[in-house]
Amino acid sequence: MPDPLPTDSVGIVTPQTLHFDTPITLACSRTLESYDLVIETYGELNADASNAVLICHALSGHHHAAGYHSSEDRKPGWWDSCIGPGKPIDTNRFFVVSLNNLGGCHGSTGPGSTNPQTGQPYGPDFPVITVRDWVHSQALLADRLGIECWAAVVGGSLGGMQALQWSLDYPDRLRHAVVIASTPRLSAQNIAFNEVARQAITSDREFHAGRYYQYNTLPRRGLMLARMVGHITYLSDASMGEKFGRELRDQAYKFGYDAEFQVESYLRYQGERFSESFDANTYLLMTKALDYFDPAYEHDNDLAKALRGACCEFLVLSFSTDWRFTPARSEELVNAMISARCKVSYAEIDAPWGHDAFLIPTPRYTAIFQAYMDRIAREAGV
Amino acid sequence: MRTDLKIIEQWIKPGSHVLDLGCGDGTLLDYLQREKQATGFGLEINQDHITTCMGRGVSVIEQNLDTQGLGNFEDHTFDTVLMTQALQAVRRPDMVLDEMLRVGREGVVTFPNFAYWRLRWYLMRRGRMPESETLPYKWYNTPNIHLCTFKDFEALCYRKGFRILTRTVVDGEHQDRWLSRLWPNMLGQIAIYRITREDS
Repeated sequence: MPDPLPTDSVGIVTPQTLHFDTPITLACSRTLESYDLVIETYGELNADASNAVLICHALSGHHHAAGYHSSEDRKPGWWDSCIGPGKPIDTNRFFVVSLNNLGGCHGSTGPGSTNPQTGQPYGPDFPVITVRDWVHSQALLADRLGIECWAAVVGGSLGGMQALQWSLDYPDRLRHAVVIASTPRLSAQNIAFNEVARQAITSDREFHAGRYYQYNTLPRRGLMLARMVGHITYLSDASMGEKFGRELRDQAYKFGYDAEFQVESYLRYQGERFSESFDANTYLLMTKALDYFDPAYEHDNDLAKALRGACCEFLVLSFSTDWRFTPARSEELVNAMISARCKVSYAEIDAPWGHDAFLIPTPRYTAIFQAYMDRIAREAGV
Repeated sequence: MRTDLKIIEQWIKPGSHVLDLGCGDGTLLDYLQREKQATGFGLEINQDHITTCMGRGVSVIEQNLDTQGLGNFEDHTFDTVLMTQALQAVRRPDMVLDEMLRVGREGVVTFPNFAYWRLRWYLMRRGRMPESETLPYKWYNTPNIHLCTFKDFEALCYRKGFRILTRTVVDGEHQDRWLSRLWPNMLGQIAIYRITREDS
């Protein structure tokens, strides 16, 4: 944590675990009898609970979106650039709720949690969770927190899908959905990348059909490979070129197969670190949730038809070099919204960082985000 | 509010669904939303304008008419499609007009009159491309690549089978003056046309 703490940081934050005893039935028809959700909140809920903003995380995200857990933390939460006093999601005005989704591996009930029926970790027995299930659980979380209607539900990538799903499943429980660097459904190419990641994990000998916890091991290699493939899709050719180029770790070629190029050692390092800190079963589950997401599916593949019930306002943002969820995918969503007569604003932001751009503040991104959130705050009377 | 916007505002029925091509900072749409309970969108490419629209609650889509057209809007979606001071800056004004009256029932178009007497006089006297307060550019850097006169515009409407419902001719300050009514193509600086398809 920097000393002194920047004035636009939420500072030290403490997660809390909420236990839910009422069974929740999932899209796969299975039921979780009880579960925990870990959350963090920033800012204060106002008297009429009109200033609540829900942050939905992406594939490898979690509840720790802003601030620091302790003064020893080197890095703040994953979206600290956008959440804090005076930042676009201004914690002086909004009450911000960020959670770790069901199936996650940062404290909420997931494959690594103990299955009460067996006394062992769920592992592969943990049900496959969908975006719709997450939104359902988030609605129950809102009930618990006394939030009838979110001022906004905000998310990037897979988080944006949750914001979109909110607008369809609970149209009168949010006033705005902010959908950033997202897509109304994965393309065949997106699914293909996810499948490579899953194959990498499940073919690791240490995976043990998902029961690696009992073997006291981790499918490190598989998860590392999965992350390496994923990581490439989050960056752009240009940003990788800028960051690494063809730079070598040493001066000359060694004519071997070790990591010689900087980009190789970077990917290996990131992959290794990730494989120690993230649960492989959660990774499988999250990629599956991505693959299944397709709100148009139940409406004759007509996205506009799916959106007809939505009544919140939308902000959709895309990034010019994002080739995972390209601007064209956001435009597809926007066009369906136009056709469904939703209120929607859209901008494509020029940024060199590929899909990851949604996590990196640039002047235009910040200005738009700030202007839109400021308006939401004014509407909420804060 | 700009006088031309005040004139246009009278033509928008309460509760209309409106598309504003080149909506600028959203002043008109904002006004129509508040005063006429209108709904709809603005299209814009200027980044600062887009941010301003978003901040004031005007639905704005970043979309370039020249490169993207209006293909993402279905037929007869809007009651009125507006385009103020942009017709002369698009690559194919004729196609834009076609598209306006495909997606909307009525179109409202404003543009500067290139046959305004001062411009004629400028060209005749100096033999150089006219510059004025309304057209403050050089020939090589002007965004106005398709300037026309009222007569040109009306000829195009005739050829395309568009019906002109209203024509208001104003001066540079958007004031409706008796002189410009007398001889619009010579004395009018800016025209505000309300058009529709002949058969509708």
